[in-house]
Amino acid sequence: MSFTGQSATGPEESSTSQAAKHGRDSLRKAVVVGGNRIPFARTGGAYTKSSNQDMLTAALDGLIARFGLQDERIGEVAAGAVLKHSRDFNLTREAVLGSALSAETPAYDLQQACATGLETVLGLANKIKLGQIDSAIAGGVDSASDAPIAVSEGLREVLLDLNRAKTLPQRIQVLSRLRPKDLAPDAPNTGEPRTGLSMGEHQALTTAQWKITREAQDQLAYNSHRNLAAAYDAGFFDDLLTPYRGLTRDSNLRADTTLEKLATLKPVFGKNLGAEATMTAGNSTPLTDGASTVLLASEEWADAHELPKLATVVDGEAAAVDFVHGKDGLLMAPAFAVPRLLARNGLTLDDIDFFEIHEAFAGTVLSTLAAWEDEEFGRTRLGLDGALGSIDRSTLNVNGSSLAAGHPFAATGGRIVASLAKMLHDKGRVDGRPARGLISICAAGGQGVVAILEGF
Amino acid sequence: MTDKYTQFVSHGIGKDVARKLGLPQPVVLRRHQPGQPLVPGPILIQGSSDGADELAAALLSWDLDVRRHAVPREKLGAIILVLDELSRPEDLERPVLAAAASIRDLSPSARVVTVSRTAAGAPGPASAAARQGVDGLLRSLAKELRAGATANGIVLADGVTTTSPSALGALRFFLSGRSAFVDGQFLTVASGEGTLPADPDKPLAGKVAVVTGAARGIGAAIARTLHRDGATLVVVDIPAAGDHLAAVANEVRGTALQLDITREDAGQRIIDHAVGRHGRLDIVVHNAGITRDKLLANMDPDRWNSVLAVNIAAQLRINEALLASEHFRNSPRIVSVASTSGIAGNRGQTNYAASKGGVMGMVRATAPLLAECHGSINAVAPGFIETEMTARIPFATREVARRLNSLQQGGRPGDVAEAIAFLASDAAGGITGDVLRVCGQNLVGA
Repeated sequence: MSFTGQSATGPEESSTSQAAKHGRDSLRKAVVVGGNRIPFARTGGAYTKSSNQDMLTAALDGLIARFGLQDERIGEVAAGAVLKHSRDFNLTREAVLGSALSAETPAYDLQQACATGLETVLGLANKIKLGQIDSAIAGGVDSASDAPIAVSEGLREVLLDLNRAKTLPQRIQVLSRLRPKDLAPDAPNTGEPRTGLSMGEHQALTTAQWKITREAQDQLAYNSHRNLAAAYDAGFFDDLLTPYRGLTRDSNLRADTTLEKLATLKPVFGKNLGAEATMTAGNSTPLTDGASTVLLASEEWADAHELPKLATVVDGEAAAVDFVHGKDGLLMAPAFAVPRLLARNGLTLDDIDFFEIHEAFAGTVLSTLAAWEDEEFGRTRLGLDGALGSIDRSTLNVNGSSLAAGHPFAATGGRIVASLAKMLHDKGRVDGRPARGLISICAAGGQGVVAILEGF
Repeated sequence: MTDKYTQFVSHGIGKDVARKLGLPQPVVLRRHQPGQPLVPGPILIQGSSDGADELAAALLSWDLDVRRHAVPREKLGAIILVLDELSRPEDLERPVLAAAASIRDLSPSARVVTVSRTAAGAPGPASAAARQGVDGLLRSLAKELRAGATANGIVLADGVTTTSPSALGALRFFLSGRSAFVDGQFLTVASGEGTLPADPDKPLAGKVAVVTGAARGIGAAIARTLHRDGATLVVVDIPAAGDHLAAVANEVRGTALQLDITREDAGQRIIDHAVGRHGRLDIVVHNAGITRDKLLANMDPDRWNSVLAVNIAAQLRINEALLASEHFRNSPRIVSVASTSGIAGNRGQTNYAASKGGVMGMVRATAPLLAECHGSINAVAPGFIETEMTARIPFATREVARRLNSLQQGGRPGDVAEAIAFLASDAAGGITGDVLRVCGQNLVGA
């Protein structure tokens, strides 16, 4: 079954899309039962000594406790990490074995940069819809504190050859190839392999291209902090989060930040742009540690286990852009994925009640919205008659997003899905239909994954 | 878990030294393990009333080794002194002195249990005097017993037989290791309500129980004990304690509910969670409590208000929701954690003692409201319990506090939990509006 029989740019409803929609309607539903995450911690903070496996296990155990899943054999668990040690080749399965779930629960790892968490949700939801499994846990984890450090390419080659050498003279000969520079470790970085530019530098180009102002970016960052703090104060996260290592809230949250304070920060990306440099530490996400999980199920399984049904996973779409040759900005893939997803489902931006656009940088969100509002972009790049449209800003990231919460790469998707599912459930019906939410997540490599959820 | 001093004086040289110097000699208490014998030896029943005969027959039906006459120098597991037909103080002499001859034959951690009637219901001054006399007798005897043996009493309301469900339930509790740290105390059986469990090791089978403040300490112990006794658990604590709460929930195979119990809608949330996830709600244990100690002269509104809000106002508000709910009408049980501070007072704890005194007043006044649906509500007042909280008391103060009771040691969180598990069971259905102290007969404050 393929849901991606779409031209790269053509969002208007085609016969293929109608067939795909019809195919989906005959499937059973995949529902979001709930979620659990640990508070996100700025790198070098509370989770400095926690491994990915520790954090993912903690997030799983909190989910198990919330929903009484002890000794339960879940259909499948999928999670992943972007920064991953080679020893963690079976990270998710190891976390399952360390949790209170039945040891007979299968698991697999998935990796799609910052879209990892959302992609685990979509993949598992599809398995549920197809009847392959009845229950699933999606998740993601990342630690920039406990990041893997590799040996240099030179040392690695020497070590491998040394292992193959059979005699002492051979070994001495191999070792003699070592040079002092080979001993320097190879630390991970967020640079794109094909351009050498960091994600921030890439976004700075896009931000400038779409003429996004410093004020607009700071306002978005301010809203994120204010909304997240208000959500905590209202108890919104009481059943979405379990404290970990002394942390009860995301450590990046600055409930008392002001636009004035944000305005004082110096630009950190795009400094070569001179006066046009607008991206600061305040309107960019910091490196963060954390983990999140989402419990998915068929309606029947949720009912049999007397568990809530918050939302259904309606559909998802992935896109990628050619950032290498500068055709589009690195983080602009969702600008293409969203119109395609909406068209396939016969929807417009006006049919969405909550927008969850991941705040990799304030500039990312605002560039995406600007592209959708741009007539020419709509005509030439999306194949529409004009602009895709604009959104009601009061429906954007209403309980805060990554600028305030932080962004442990693979954990962000699970954070958003669980929060949005709860919001949609609480919202109830809108104009006689279930409340509807859109998730948009950009990812390294010029990719993006987006999804639609509906309240149950 | 046993404190170091108790370990030292329990064996060999430490035992000799303590005896010669006249130091306190606490022993390791007999505590309940599923499957263990109810008592460590034969049970001697003293008393010649019909009630005594019926009680003997009931215990025989439990396959216990029951004696109606003492065999000199035979070690006993328990003495039951049935005094349910006293009409004047002189009636005490025969059964009491007969029991006295067997006191030295009690095994370590043996039990003495009196069964008598409420003085309040006595037909005249002489019978009231006799009935009230049992109170002083029992409390004094508890102070005379050694080696972990305890003495407790069952007081029957008029019209309640010695073999009514809760009389037998209370008797079983007092005889067993479940009452290890209960000493010199009475339970009043107010009515013939209640039912004995089909399986005495799973008295809470099929029940759904909520425990507040369950993330650690006494609350976590209550959750474990209710789980062991067969209940399905909903464990509740503030969101900030969620990680410990999740660990407890996973250990007892229950569900965790992160909830600030001072929220206006806490009661409804508890009901919704229990009924939504587990289909019913039978037992609520109000354990969550905080201390903010300060001499009254230095008391500030924040310390005063936060303690009263968590320790009593939240319980009252949650109970209102429970009493109004159609889901809490099938022999429901509420057990609140009070404190001996609320009975005897404690320097620096005016706020805490006011809240805990309040709990006892609330329990008494709520009992009649639950009677219609065969429900019950009681409180348990712990004395010195070895917890993370009491471990922070300065050494000398702590050492004095833990020795100043008839058992010369601190209790364990599990001891409080056992009393709560009993009061939460249907075997205790005839006991309501009562306060049971779990304090090893604390010598301070009655």
